[in-house]
Amino acid sequence: MNHAIRRVGLILGLLVLALMININVQQVFLANETRDRPGNQRTVLEEYDRERGPILVGSDPVARSIPTDDQYKYLRRYSAGPLYAPATGFYSALYGATGIERTENDVLSGTSDLFLVDRLQQLLSGRDSKGGAVGLTLNDAAQKAAYSGLSGKVGSVTALDPSTGAILAMASAPSYDPNLLSTHDLQASQKAYEKLEADPNKPLLNRPLVSTPPPGSTFKLVTTAAALESGRFTPSTVVPGPASYRLPQTSVNLKNWQGTACGPGGKTTLTNALAVSCNSAFAWLGNQLGQDAIRAQAEKFGFNKSFTVPMRSAASRYPTGLDAAQTAMSAIGQFDVTASTLQMAMVGAAIGNNGITMNPYLVKEIRGADLQIVQTASPSQFATAMSPTNAKAELNMMVDVVENGTGSNAQIGGIKVGGKTGTAETGPGRPAVAWFVAVAPADNPKVAVAVCIENAGGKSEISGNGLGAPIAKSVIEAVLNNQ
Amino acid sequence: MSAPTAAPEPLAETEDTAVHVPNRRNVELGLLALALIIGMFAYANVDLAVLGDLPPNFLAVGAVFIVLLGGAHLAVRYLAPYADPFLLPAAALLNLLGLAMIHRLDLADEQRAARQEIGTPSPDVVPQLTWTALALALFVAILFFVHDHRRLQKYTYTAMVLGVLLLLSPLIPGLGTTVNGANLWIRLGPLSFQPSELAKIMLTIFFAGYLVVTRDSLALVRRKVLGLGIPRGRDLGPILVAWGVSMAVLVFQRDLGTALMFFGLFVVLLYVSTQRRSWLVIGAILFVVGAILGYFAFGHVRLRVEVWLDTWTYASDQGYQIAQSLFGLANGGMLGTGWGQGYPQFVPFAKTDFITAALGEELGVTGLMAILTVYGIIIERGLRTAIAVRDPFGKLLAVGFATVIGLQLFVVIGGVTRLIPLTGLTTPFLSYGGSALVANWMMIALLMRISDRARRPLPDGTIDPTGGLG
Repeated sequence: MNHAIRRVGLILGLLVLALMININVQQVFLANETRDRPGNQRTVLEEYDRERGPILVGSDPVARSIPTDDQYKYLRRYSAGPLYAPATGFYSALYGATGIERTENDVLSGTSDLFLVDRLQQLLSGRDSKGGAVGLTLNDAAQKAAYSGLSGKVGSVTALDPSTGAILAMASAPSYDPNLLSTHDLQASQKAYEKLEADPNKPLLNRPLVSTPPPGSTFKLVTTAAALESGRFTPSTVVPGPASYRLPQTSVNLKNWQGTACGPGGKTTLTNALAVSCNSAFAWLGNQLGQDAIRAQAEKFGFNKSFTVPMRSAASRYPTGLDAAQTAMSAIGQFDVTASTLQMAMVGAAIGNNGITMNPYLVKEIRGADLQIVQTASPSQFATAMSPTNAKAELNMMVDVVENGTGSNAQIGGIKVGGKTGTAETGPGRPAVAWFVAVAPADNPKVAVAVCIENAGGKSEISGNGLGAPIAKSVIEAVLNNQ
Repeated sequence: MSAPTAAPEPLAETEDTAVHVPNRRNVELGLLALALIIGMFAYANVDLAVLGDLPPNFLAVGAVFIVLLGGAHLAVRYLAPYADPFLLPAAALLNLLGLAMIHRLDLADEQRAARQEIGTPSPDVVPQLTWTALALALFVAILFFVHDHRRLQKYTYTAMVLGVLLLLSPLIPGLGTTVNGANLWIRLGPLSFQPSELAKIMLTIFFAGYLVVTRDSLALVRRKVLGLGIPRGRDLGPILVAWGVSMAVLVFQRDLGTALMFFGLFVVLLYVSTQRRSWLVIGAILFVVGAILGYFAFGHVRLRVEVWLDTWTYASDQGYQIAQSLFGLANGGMLGTGWGQGYPQFVPFAKTDFITAALGEELGVTGLMAILTVYGIIIERGLRTAIAVRDPFGKLLAVGFATVIGLQLFVVIGGVTRLIPLTGLTTPFLSYGGSALVANWMMIALLMRISDRARRPLPDGTIDPTGGLG
């Protein structure tokens, strides 16, 4: 029997050997592949094991990790709750990350290649590795002004530095408290998330970047730019401005919001047409310039393109294949034209920046775990939208809107503010959208701001001035007082 | 029976009548101390990593194990002084590592309960420790009552009846409970009990006793095909019965692992007792036929195979357990996270079927290789005992026990590490579960009894070359 027993020994030995080989395969050779598969909670937990770097506004951490004694070693706290949520996003064990938490994850978690040397030092010295810090371009005072201005409303505000494209404010309303989602109490986190998802006002939506209602009369800034750039019009060119405009090939009359003509004898200057937001004049202008010229102008301001700020914005839209009536409606920011407040702030910023459109950005600098700056953002041009002369001329026209036209609520004593009101209809039975776009100071622009209230009650230009202008004004003041 | 090929070692060295046969009990004691140190180190490590402090009962627990293991060792000294010195320490080491991991998972359960603000679950390590004590007591009892393993041969058919009853008892209405999709357990009041674990001892005794008597006729050969002796048709009866019972276990208890283990055990013993390789071939053919039948006839078998082949597609539903197990193993890597520093609690059934995944995560490839080596030592010592002992019943019994441990190990660890489709079996000595622990310690006791018999000198100082059969 002993011969057979030895054979059994050989068979059992081979079985154990097979187990050993397979364990090596699973734990060593396939380990990386397995680790990266979806559903692996361990990779999430490992991130929580390291101290995640802060997100800074100025020198204040608006998001930071504090040590805890539960399963996850660090808890993500957002000191200002909902205020910075559109920028920071949230960091949840259950729902992953959004916003800067997501796009700058490799910096915050410390895995970025920027920190290669740091990581090596940490490894050698045996210190716990910490993530790097992300410094935002946001201006604390401007962000607060924007967010409190939106209080109780549905809408967004975006403010840009015209000369760099740095985002000074991006506020969304209603917002949400990211602390509710970053909590380690997963049940509470799930409850909070489901409640936010169910809210008809969509608090999780990052409105400054992705909500794109029709821009209404604020789009007249783009039409005006196209008119000036065509060389056929100057601010003082006289254009027809009757009480209504018959849309070509239809029997529909497009009425002025005032119900009257924009000037004596149904004629007016381009400057006055913008100041009183004359629909008939701009509808006419739309067909004079043609859809291709207006589209080309819009695209130089950033329409029809998504920007990475580093979160991705939704592309604002100027459609193609328009007939004459649609071209007229599009020239006043209706029909299928859509825009985010980021986009309309870019229009204002380019006009205030001698016609140059800058790429918008939110990350000012990246710092190591020791808070030493590792990388600083370098502003970049997106396009030249207008000649400096035409940009100057249009900026002066915007000043006229505020000083003599529909944008009176944006007036600031001692400072020349350029602005443009807008009200867009979004469909029968749905609330109008109130807009305001502003640039200030006009002689040396420091801030361009776009305000959009999506649930405005009224139907006239008055709502743009009434709801939008005061918010734009407070944001401008906040920027100018806190530079 | 083959000619004795390996005479016990000491014979060749001296021709004195007063042969001194080293009983090697001190080796056993030293290795037991080493096992205890490793186990206590693991215990301390778990608490230091999870709670940040040494366990308050550290010395008390150490004392308990010194008493338990020391007691077992002393019993061996008096009751089986020539027994193999490696079996007890190897089994004890695995048992201790299992206890440490169950304690570690208890701590994770407690922390989760605290986070969810629900009541603290009662730790599983306490009953497991009680079962360990009971198992060691039974270990001693077997050495005490079973003076000579050959007496067990008298109970061949009693063992068969008991074994089959145990195996099929989960099917009795009101007694069986379904755990994890398999009808493996019976419930007697508060005690749940996995009868197949005890059945494996009974059936090994039965197979050994039965084959010792019938092996001559089963070894008869009529024809030869491709160099293999083909047994007579009527001798195919026993293997077909064993196959049929295994299929019944598979069908009615939905338990792939147990079916595979018993059929494999029978085929191996048939081969060893007759030395006819044809039985291995016939067994393999029947296995393949059974596997194909099972695959096409039963949804649960098919699902197991599909999940095995395509684990990641099923990672969030039917393949959740195995996917979590592989995540854990991948996290462990070469050296492991260290005791208490991984997330073994994410794997469902980490204390029972998936304890290998838990150990693999925290101890790494290194730890699992060591553990498999310890199993290898138990199997090798079992087979060595089989070779050394003279009587054929003892040989078959020892081969049977070693084979049961080896097959069970392969089926469960292979399943957990995705070498083969997952089946439900406990990992010997490591997994949580009293009946398995008791049964495995009983097997160790019987193996040591057989090895004691094999190495014990006769009263005149010589070694009985026939192993006492005369």
